[in-house]
Amino acid sequence: MSVITQTSPAAAKEAAPEKQWRRPSYWPFVVPALVVVLAIIIFPWLFTIWMSLHEWKVGVPTTFVGLSNYLRLTGDPRFIEAVGHTLVYTALSVLLPLMLGTLAAVVFHQKFAGRGFLRGIFIMPMMATPVAIGLVWTMMFHPQLGVLNYLLSLVGIPAQLWVFHPATVIPSLVLVETWQWTPLVMLIVLGGLAAIPTEPYESAQIDGASFWQVFRFITLPLIMPFLFIAGMIRMIDAVKSFDIIFAITQGGPGSASETINLYLYSVAFAYYDIGYGSAIAVIFFLLIVALAAVMLYVRQRMLWTEMGGGA
Amino acid sequence: MVNHKISRRTLLTGTAAAGALSLTGLPARADISWKKYSGTKLEVILAKGPRGDNLQKYIKEFTDLSGIQVESEQIPEQQQRQKVVIELTSGRPSFDVIHLSYHVQKRQFEKAGWLADMTPYLKDPTLTPPDLVESDFSAAGLQYAKNDKGQMLSLPWSVDYFILYYNKELLQRKSIEVPKTLEEMATAAEKLTDPKEGIYGFVGRGLRNANMAMWTNFYLNYGGEFLDAKGNILSDGPEAIEATKLYQRLLTKSAPPGVAGFNWMESMASFTQGRAAMWIDADGWAPPLEDPAASRVVGKVGYTRVPAGPKGQFSSTYGDGIGIAAASKNKEAAYLLCQWVASKGQGARLLQAGGGVPFRNSIVDDPEVAKGVKTKEWLQSVIDSAKISKLGLPVIIPVAEYRDTVGAALTATLSGADPATELKKAHEQFRPILERSEKT
Repeated sequence: MSVITQTSPAAAKEAAPEKQWRRPSYWPFVVPALVVVLAIIIFPWLFTIWMSLHEWKVGVPTTFVGLSNYLRLTGDPRFIEAVGHTLVYTALSVLLPLMLGTLAAVVFHQKFAGRGFLRGIFIMPMMATPVAIGLVWTMMFHPQLGVLNYLLSLVGIPAQLWVFHPATVIPSLVLVETWQWTPLVMLIVLGGLAAIPTEPYESAQIDGASFWQVFRFITLPLIMPFLFIAGMIRMIDAVKSFDIIFAITQGGPGSASETINLYLYSVAFAYYDIGYGSAIAVIFFLLIVALAAVMLYVRQRMLWTEMGGGA
Repeated sequence: MVNHKISRRTLLTGTAAAGALSLTGLPARADISWKKYSGTKLEVILAKGPRGDNLQKYIKEFTDLSGIQVESEQIPEQQQRQKVVIELTSGRPSFDVIHLSYHVQKRQFEKAGWLADMTPYLKDPTLTPPDLVESDFSAAGLQYAKNDKGQMLSLPWSVDYFILYYNKELLQRKSIEVPKTLEEMATAAEKLTDPKEGIYGFVGRGLRNANMAMWTNFYLNYGGEFLDAKGNILSDGPEAIEATKLYQRLLTKSAPPGVAGFNWMESMASFTQGRAAMWIDADGWAPPLEDPAASRVVGKVGYTRVPAGPKGQFSSTYGDGIGIAAASKNKEAAYLLCQWVASKGQGARLLQAGGGVPFRNSIVDDPEVAKGVKTKEWLQSVIDSAKISKLGLPVIIPVAEYRDTVGAALTATLSGADPATELKKAHEQFRPILERSEKT
């Protein structure tokens, strides 16, 4: 008790101005998060931009070169090709899992015996480590000894070169990516399907709609928000995809499957050209921002049509 | 007693050379003070592979001998190279002793000054046994280990020669002689190819970057040199075009489909399954080829030198060394470890396990050591290759870019691109890179 009486005058002094101006009490709580964000997001970014303005090679003194690393990018055929590969790879590995995943979700939404078990099996690829998957698929793709060509030979299709030919390497890699990530899309879409009320289906049945019409005009619009989320997650994953490509082809044959990420890795960690690598990272970041902006724009449009449709 | 001494000597030669000599009562010329740095702790960073295994397997012997504690770590080659460079750049590496790949890192390390000079240690009889002398290393080894000023910055550890592996059974079936020239090899490969049977005459690296290590065998044998006196790169000249034509011919006409994506692993898979008759690659693959659990061609493999080209016969040579970080605080102790790694005893074990070929002539030429080598024909091919050894890549800083850029051109020729055009294009891309990194 005596303690309280001793401190109370001081407390009273402080309490008085507090009524006029309340110091924001949340600041101390913001500081830890702010420090973390500054240290692991803002600072590395500024530092990357700063490095990209230098001729910065490991073991050699650095010099300021302005924008010349960026100018070098415009005349670098390997980089320009890598941008193309990234876009094709991303587009394919977003679209295919979306389509197949939706199909799988519609199938697994039906009630049939052993559904739970089969669902469990279907999502197993997702649980495996990409590098391990990559090594297994490399052997499966082997033109002479791989199991894929053996399976094709059973149905009379000639042997394919898969990842060992520049023309088929990206589709083959997308095959692996699709195999692994279709289940994720399926899980998301299944969630969406479970949330759809049954009334629209009942009235459609009364109106005599076909299965396709039901899917096209009821199911698809109602699961659109879920497809959008799945697409967003896939896009982010596909753009930054590294492990599967690196484990299977390392960007080859030649540079036929070299995405920006792989090229960036070579420049920074095999050629130790840190300045140029940083410039690539900056451009890569801008590309991701642009893609995200497009996605957000599409989403805005979609929300609008949804509301319009509802009104 | 006599028996005991001999077995002891063959087992521990070099590692305990001084010790063994004093045991036998012979006057040792000088004694290494093994125990001088007893209690020191050393960190070693190794690339994953048989050389690292060899060190780790016997490191206890070194610790018993010297009292030095050794912590070592094996990391896959590519990642190890990156880790080493990043840590050395930081100025405070976490390791004292570095396992380095000469053909990739020599120039870079020299220029950055990351390695400690070993020259004084080599002359110090308390650190170096009398049998470890510069002249015992092969010429390629010294070329790799020494800088322009003649300082030894590392000890040459293990060398890789490229050799020709061939399937005796397949060659005999078509009564084809072991080819002596590249031209003969290409013709033989075409005769041996039978796609219906799934058998191909030749297999080798088609994968960008990795393929350079094989292609340079052709380039050197067609008379190519990598650099002129001023340091300009020459590998798009007429010799290179001819070598690339041969490369294209071999890998498109008589190699398995998909070879453009093959590294040594896929090539070896074809060869061990008996699907490819000839294969040119580094000399370290005898153990898997002769392992009944992994190979269908056990006992049927022939080993010989890379066939001659129109302008000579060379074997592309690459190598590993062991060096001390200039920033290390335990340089003498680290040197004791390095010379143990490069010692006769350790080298003999490496050779006998088939895991690598020491750079030291006294090991490779020692009949006692040879007795312990399982595949004699392989050993002979290595000894023969040593005599025609030539560095397989230009000694420049941007080796990785060089291998990637020119390697991509080679891979492109496998889809039908013209060798001369592709090489020219690749070198136009590469020259400014070389200019930029060597000018400073």
